[in-house]
Amino acid sequence: MSATDRGALATQVGFIARRSVKRTLRQPALIVPTIAFPLILLAVNASGLDSASRLPGFPAASYLDFAIVVTFMQGALFAATTAGTELATDIESGFLDRLQLTPLRASAILLGQLAGAVAVALIGALAYLTVGLIAGVSIKAGIGGVAVLVALAVLIALAFAGIGAFFAARTGSAEAVQGLFPLLFVTFFLSSISLPRDLIEIGWFRTIATWNPLSYLVEGLRSLVITGWDGTALASGFGVGAAITILSLAAASSALKSRMART
Amino acid sequence: MSPLHSDTRAVAGAVARRNLRHAFKNPALFVPSLVFPLVFLLAFAGGLSNLQNVPGFDFPSGYTAFQFVFVFLQSAAFGGVFTGLAVAGDFESGFTQRLLLAAPRRTGLIAGYVAAGMVRWLVTSTVVTLAALATGMRVDGGGADLLGLLTLGLLVNITATLFATGVSMRLRSMQAGPLMQIPIFITLFLAPVYVPEDLLTGWVATAADVNPATALLEAGRGFISGEPDVVAVAFACGVGLVAFMGVFAVRGLRRAEREA
Repeated sequence: MSATDRGALATQVGFIARRSVKRTLRQPALIVPTIAFPLILLAVNASGLDSASRLPGFPAASYLDFAIVVTFMQGALFAATTAGTELATDIESGFLDRLQLTPLRASAILLGQLAGAVAVALIGALAYLTVGLIAGVSIKAGIGGVAVLVALAVLIALAFAGIGAFFAARTGSAEAVQGLFPLLFVTFFLSSISLPRDLIEIGWFRTIATWNPLSYLVEGLRSLVITGWDGTALASGFGVGAAITILSLAAASSALKSRMART
Repeated sequence: MSPLHSDTRAVAGAVARRNLRHAFKNPALFVPSLVFPLVFLLAFAGGLSNLQNVPGFDFPSGYTAFQFVFVFLQSAAFGGVFTGLAVAGDFESGFTQRLLLAAPRRTGLIAGYVAAGMVRWLVTSTVVTLAALATGMRVDGGGADLLGLLTLGLLVNITATLFATGVSMRLRSMQAGPLMQIPIFITLFLAPVYVPEDLLTGWVATAADVNPATALLEAGRGFISGEPDVVAVAFACGVGLVAFMGVFAVRGLRRAEREA
């Protein structure tokens, strides 16, 4: 791709991204649950499960420190449905058909469409961090760790937004994208999100959690809060996050190209 | 039987039959109400079973039975929400408006939705119970205890259906979904979900003290372990909630009659 092509692609992505961010931020119904729901669950679970911190070998002083990263994962889950629903709505409303009359590329449409979901995820991450710090969470990795935590949270949100976009491009239905939420919710619970893997007693559950890529995303985020700088956990977290992002965006791009070729 | 009762039963039967046919013929409607409790059972009983080793955790029948009771009652509550969503769907499609014109006894509509909700939940609760038994749940309670647990579940299911129906009758839109789900979700999670009440700390411990769901949960756990506890309080809470939500639903119906 020449420099001119790259410049044109960046301009196209910019146009769609601006529209996506504006459209998303103008809908409080999308932003408020993304921020409020994970914080409500954190408040309930941090108190309800605090006695788990008395288990021998539990890696954090309080369950709040351990659970703060769950909010980032839930924010990513909302990013998936936000990105998918917005793309599906554009397909249902015929906006995508009209875009095909312009010189816009499928990849520019896809990347631009994800900008709104990533913006919400970034706002959410900053809100979760602020509330967590006020509630007494201490980030072992310090200020630098906070920056890496936000970067990993945004990468995870992008990965999930890619999955949402893939579903949207394949089905063209906002209702079908909403059906993705329970599926991802199930995958969340079958990971090390509630307890460290070595403290999961039931063998089959520990095996599922070990095979579940989401465990490595959670553990990467969590390491910055409760351990400090853990190269292995961070490499796994960023590696899995990048792999899901690449795979989901490639699948979404291919599905979108097929849809645009059909219409 | 008086014509009054006969009319109510006829309307309730027709509404229940239609609702059940619609639910069981649409996997997209029925499967989530079945899958969610199973996932919670696996995630909580499987993933958190180490919590039984927390000092002071003294539930005799094991962690699977401890969590089963929560999931059992939670499935009853969310079964009611799914029925409420069906009521909202009937309003959006115009079906309920036609029923309001045709039904000789309109309270039969509410009775029909409640009956359908109970049947749907009985199917869900059977599957959840079989799944719990398959994963090694220990049941120490006898037949009368289990009947008590089932009755508690039915009371929770009727309460949730009446609440969700009342919300649907007022808003008459599927967008009312979060207004049905969130209060029930928060009420359930402000009870001793993961550990017994005396191991709770912080503000959740205070909330659990005054939450009626705590009594229902503790009585249910007493039944499954064969050591019934706070039974009278739990049934008083259950019957009181049904009566209160019954009034809420009927007042919603009256508003729908005026505005729909």
